[in-house]
Amino acid sequence: MEPVLDVRGLTHAYPDGHRALRGVDLHVHAGERVALLGPNGAGKTTLVLHLNGILTPTSGSVAVSGLGVQKGNLAEIRRRVGVVFQDPDDQLFMGSVRDDVAFGPKNLGLRGAELDARVAEALTAVGMSEYADRPPHHLSFGQRRRVAVATVLAMHPEILVLDEPSSNLDPASRRELAEILRGLDVTVLMVTHDLPYALELCERAVILHDGVLAADGHTRDLFSDPELMAAHRLELPFGFDPRSVAR
Amino acid sequence: MGAGHGHRLHYHGHSVVHRAQAHHKVLALLGFMLVVVATPVTWYAVFAAYAVILLGVVAASRVPFGYLAKRMLIEVPFVVFAVLMPFVATGPRIQVLGLSLSEAGLIAAGGFLIKASLGVLGALTLAATTEVPDLLAGLQRLRIPAEMVAIASFMVRYLDVVTAEMSRMFTAMRSRGSDPRSPRHWPAMARTLGALFIRSYERGERVHLAMLSRGYTGRL
Repeated sequence: MEPVLDVRGLTHAYPDGHRALRGVDLHVHAGERVALLGPNGAGKTTLVLHLNGILTPTSGSVAVSGLGVQKGNLAEIRRRVGVVFQDPDDQLFMGSVRDDVAFGPKNLGLRGAELDARVAEALTAVGMSEYADRPPHHLSFGQRRRVAVATVLAMHPEILVLDEPSSNLDPASRRELAEILRGLDVTVLMVTHDLPYALELCERAVILHDGVLAADGHTRDLFSDPELMAAHRLELPFGFDPRSVAR
Repeated sequence: MGAGHGHRLHYHGHSVVHRAQAHHKVLALLGFMLVVVATPVTWYAVFAAYAVILLGVVAASRVPFGYLAKRMLIEVPFVVFAVLMPFVATGPRIQVLGLSLSEAGLIAAGGFLIKASLGVLGALTLAATTEVPDLLAGLQRLRIPAEMVAIASFMVRYLDVVTAEMSRMFTAMRSRGSDPRSPRHWPAMARTLGALFIRSYERGERVHLAMLSRGYTGRL
């Protein structure tokens, strides 16, 4: 079957010569939830920005459900790849939650009842329907993060890319978001430093280190390999044993 | 983050002035300002009539005058400028309380103060009686270019974010024994404001990136 996300030999050098990606190969198939792990500066954000064509590869290619990420396809690519950025204040910029969720589908050309239906559906999926008319800056941080997810869901993406979804959330909001993500019928690529969160939500994990994929496997297997973890600056919270978590 | 509902200049109410269409109010204010500015500085009776009309609108809006008066403090820098005018202007001079003042300067300062006060009070009345989303919709109805309305709406959206960021930076400064208000620490504060500018600029870039990611092509 054709992968949803097909990254081949991707390299990227910034204008200052820094090589952030040095040949990344990654396939993600429909329905998978994959955690993208790695220390700070490993190139995770650079990789994410290639998935929807914000950055252009120095060499190599990215394809989403068979469609190459290149000029001319960008509108469709950005519909297929929904990126939720780390700071909801960067993503929510309209006067009301409703307008913000409508922004993406509107760019796709949706209008009228069809648009309203998309907005309602996306807000229901994240449990924020009651807040449709509120300005985003009056919501709590956890609520804003959920609305940020809705802004992308409203575009019916084929893959949801989340940058640090659990950062700055209190434990209850973190758990609520996990329940929402688990309930969605969508492929997920999740960039995170929150390893228990990765274990909870993603069966598969990949480790990016120094611009290359250093490991790819079952999340639990990777976490149970202390040498691998140490080599890539990944550390589990104190007292956390991945083998003790029920499958 | 502790930001009140509605903007800081708004006074909640349901008066005739509150209910009036935002674009009518904007046009009325613009017309009023143009007329005030175009009136010769020495027509004091005419200015008095303008003031009566404006105060009538304020009374009809049921916004307490004290509420507006407090906010008129924004005019203070202009008042300082006006007070300086009689001292620095040239021409025939007259003696007032032992000070030698320029006659032309006095007249210009008086006219300047009157016009500025009418303008500021008018603008505050509009702000006090109009919610921001209505105001933006009104501007749109007046066919103000979409880009300018978008910029105004971004400003409204991020005002609280940026002020909250600034107050956190000031708290951090204070926590390290610096007082942003003391002139001795102005150099440090200037650097903080510089950092705030850079941060806001970078946030603008990130917002743009997030917009592109949702298929933005340049039209809102």
